[in-house]
Amino acid sequence: MSNDHSAHSESGHGGAGAYAIGFVLAVILTAASFMIVMGHSLSPSGTLMAISVLAAIQVVVHLIFFLHMNTTAEAKWNNNVFFFTLMFVAIFIIGTMFIMTNTAEHMMSR
Amino acid sequence: MLGRLSFADIPVDVPILVGTFLGVAIIGITVLGLITYYGKWGYLWKEWFTSVDHKRLAIMYVVVGLLALARGFADAIMMRTQLALAYAGNPGYLPPHHYDQIFSAHGTIMIFFMAMVIMTALFNLIVPLQIGARDVAFPFLNNLSFWMTTVAFALINLSLFVGEFSQCGWLAYPPLSETQFSPGVGVDYYIWAVQLSGVGTLLTGVNFFVTIVKMRAPGMTWMKLPVFCWTALCACVLIMVAFPVLTVAVALLGLDRYFGMHFFTNDGGGNQMLYLDLIWAWGHPEVYILIIPAFGVFSEVVPTFSEKPLFGYATMVYATCAIMVLSFLVWVHHFFTMGAGADVNAFFGIMTMVISIPTGVKLFNWMFTMYKGRVEFHATMYWAIGFMITFSIGGMTGVMMAIPAADFVLHNSLFLIAHFHNVIIGGVYFGYVCGMNFWAPKALGFKFNEAWGKRAFWCWFVGFYVAFMPLYVLGFDGMTRRMNHYDNPAWYPWMLVAEVGAVLIFFGIACQLIQIYVSIRDRNLAENVDVTGDPWNARSLEWSTSSPPPPYNFAIIPHIHELDAFMHDKENGIDTRHAGGPYEPIHMPKNTAAGFFIGAFSFVLGFAAIWYIWWLAAIALVGVFATVIARSANHDVDYYIPAEEVARIENEHSRKLMAQAAE
Amino acid sequence: MAHDTTFADAHSEHEHHELPTVFGFWVYLMTDCIIFGSLFAVFAVLHNQFNGGPTGKELFELSGLAMETALLLISSITYGFGMIAAHKGEIKSVMMWLAVTFLLGLGFVFLELKEFAHMIAEGAGPDRSAFLSAFFTLVSTHGLHVSCGLIWIVTLIVQLAGTTAISERMMNKLTMLSLFWHFLDIVWICVFTYVYLASMI
Repeated sequence: MSNDHSAHSESGHGGAGAYAIGFVLAVILTAASFMIVMGHSLSPSGTLMAISVLAAIQVVVHLIFFLHMNTTAEAKWNNNVFFFTLMFVAIFIIGTMFIMTNTAEHMMSR
Repeated sequence: MLGRLSFADIPVDVPILVGTFLGVAIIGITVLGLITYYGKWGYLWKEWFTSVDHKRLAIMYVVVGLLALARGFADAIMMRTQLALAYAGNPGYLPPHHYDQIFSAHGTIMIFFMAMVIMTALFNLIVPLQIGARDVAFPFLNNLSFWMTTVAFALINLSLFVGEFSQCGWLAYPPLSETQFSPGVGVDYYIWAVQLSGVGTLLTGVNFFVTIVKMRAPGMTWMKLPVFCWTALCACVLIMVAFPVLTVAVALLGLDRYFGMHFFTNDGGGNQMLYLDLIWAWGHPEVYILIIPAFGVFSEVVPTFSEKPLFGYATMVYATCAIMVLSFLVWVHHFFTMGAGADVNAFFGIMTMVISIPTGVKLFNWMFTMYKGRVEFHATMYWAIGFMITFSIGGMTGVMMAIPAADFVLHNSLFLIAHFHNVIIGGVYFGYVCGMNFWAPKALGFKFNEAWGKRAFWCWFVGFYVAFMPLYVLGFDGMTRRMNHYDNPAWYPWMLVAEVGAVLIFFGIACQLIQIYVSIRDRNLAENVDVTGDPWNARSLEWSTSSPPPPYNFAIIPHIHELDAFMHDKENGIDTRHAGGPYEPIHMPKNTAAGFFIGAFSFVLGFAAIWYIWWLAAIALVGVFATVIARSANHDVDYYIPAEEVARIENEHSRKLMAQAAE
Repeated sequence: MAHDTTFADAHSEHEHHELPTVFGFWVYLMTDCIIFGSLFAVFAVLHNQFNGGPTGKELFELSGLAMETALLLISSITYGFGMIAAHKGEIKSVMMWLAVTFLLGLGFVFLELKEFAHMIAEGAGPDRSAFLSAFFTLVSTHGLHVSCGLIWIVTLIVQLAGTTAISERMMNKLTMLSLFWHFLDIVWICVFTYVYLASMI
């Protein structure tokens, strides 16, 4: 406990205010995504682009306000691990799409 | 009541299996009988099975790894014998149904339960000692990892006597492994064994990663971290990144089989190629998980026996990290022939060739370490030098197959088999045996026998070339892998040569077992006992404690000033141990049976799910959860070793050191 | 996992270390993240393999999805309030917020199961097509995680009951569950965006 208190500042835990800000932002972003899709106002690819951007922003909001990611020296390795994971997931998903789409075209399987 | 399990599933009509069963039963009953006769059950349970001490877990891992080696090699020599016989109309002695199970089991066991297990043993033994820590970050999880791996190994061996094993190769490619073509329990045994051992491996990866990142002794900055720990760190990162993908791939195959889903089926929109993509996104990092720690072993052994610091420490570290990152940018080279276009294949082919650059850097580093060094031709060095020669050849044939056009000729041929045995035996296995010889005194308190070690090396080294060089030729001659019998007269002589090689390797394994026996027999001879804890005048921290180390490893956590911390201290007259204290009480984790019970419940869960005994599976699953929750509510998990006890142990070691110095 | 304090103690005199327990759990969560990443890759490859069966557009209902999303989002902030109470040492309040979070999570799982039951009844079960296999597997893996989170919440409420102070070990457990719970939110953002909404375009 004492350790925790000395180690983290208030921002590290996130006070009620931080949670409230995060929550409001999350609600707005989620609602925007739903509205864009339900409104059918954008082209299909435009819609996909828009909801992707909104999702990415919302992920960042959650990371900062709910998971309390920060740039303090103590969080360095948490961040290293996170970004390395992100890199691998990106390599894997993009790589898989690249390989499988290309194979499907050449094998005329789709 | 018993799902699809019935007496018909016990293969009493297969003489080989009945014989094996009798053999295993006789040995098993003898061992159990001896333990009971000498009243050692309580000792084993309290001091070993429930132990959270990384040094004891390491020894138990080695035992499991050697059992797996025996099983895997028995499969190997049966295959070679089959192919030495099954020519020109002779069907050999193994029908395809049995032969296919053998090659599937051989690959699965050698990778998951021999190589991975011995690698984990080395991590356990060395990593905490080298970074000056008292244990790993999560000692209980370490014990749990051991039991998950061990029950998975037990499950895979149970398939010998109850039901059958997978006949789909060591990676169980669909659609062959789908229910439509493999309706039996074989693939289900494979799925559960791989998943359970995967849990153990993943926990090991997380555990040692956190240990190295967070628990290094004060002063040990990243560039003062011993190379073996660097390689362990990189292997753990690869484990954490790759094993979840394996879990997904095999789980989806399981969902296809258990719930009739359509991930990899021929119908329903399934896509077998997706399985290849998933399994090799794990499979390629996996081979680097195995080889990178072997590189670490050589990086410790070669400087020690050349009496020189490692040449190019920094390049070694960067090369290791480069290999780590590159290793998951190459997975398509395992399925160039799947049908992707030239752009995909070219990208992954080039990335594969790029990996040979950091690997080459490493080889040159080891050679320059030996250059102008005072090389002592210890048995450990034999394995290291044998590795450098053999692994170079294996690496070069690997680069050959990295060329997609060449791979179209060589894919699935015996050339491939020769290549990966060339790197796995010549790299991984030589490395681990080298490491076991090097660190045996640390784990056990006595040195391994030199003469038998060298005999083992020569049998393995020559045996390897005799067994696998013919396979390169056969691959060029068009012989494909996993063939049960053949008619081509050009292949026959080479298969006979390969059989001779397998027999030589058998002698190699026999020499290793004799080496262990002789070493234990002669453990009290003056020239074998490791009194000082530093039998090789070595460089890193693990040699600064006694052999075997006390439960707490370091009475006083050492301060690190330089790379090769212990050598630096020895050269500058610093007492790394801080002999004489003052000592403080040491906080230690208590042994726990929770890991054993979670493992046991998981074993029952796997067995029940394989045979569709759903009520039993449900009970076992509840058992797993209940044990975890009970463990989380247990507050009696630690104790203190009093300062007087620490002082007594340390002073005794100091006395021995002084007596040795006086001689 | 409690003995981790041991090793932090050994270091604490020299330099400050965060307890590795929470860091270790974070590392584990990242491996979980790769499991979800792989499942998303699988869904991406199979998302149009309908095998003549129903498509996402025909199956998914945005109202139910909005409801599930709302429950999860609200449960996130209630768990957050629980953590704030925990840092103040107010055990009763922690237990109350954990209970509220539990109910919201239970509601989410209930709605998800109802959706699944409805789809299966319509003949759109996981064995209908590769698309549905991928859909059910991805979404129910998330649901299983939420269910494990629910068991964990109950365990912690029971362990908290009768204690007078929040121990360091308990604080670690609450922090880890917090990471777990909020991490599942992030996965859900990707699920509702790429699985549901993207199918509705």
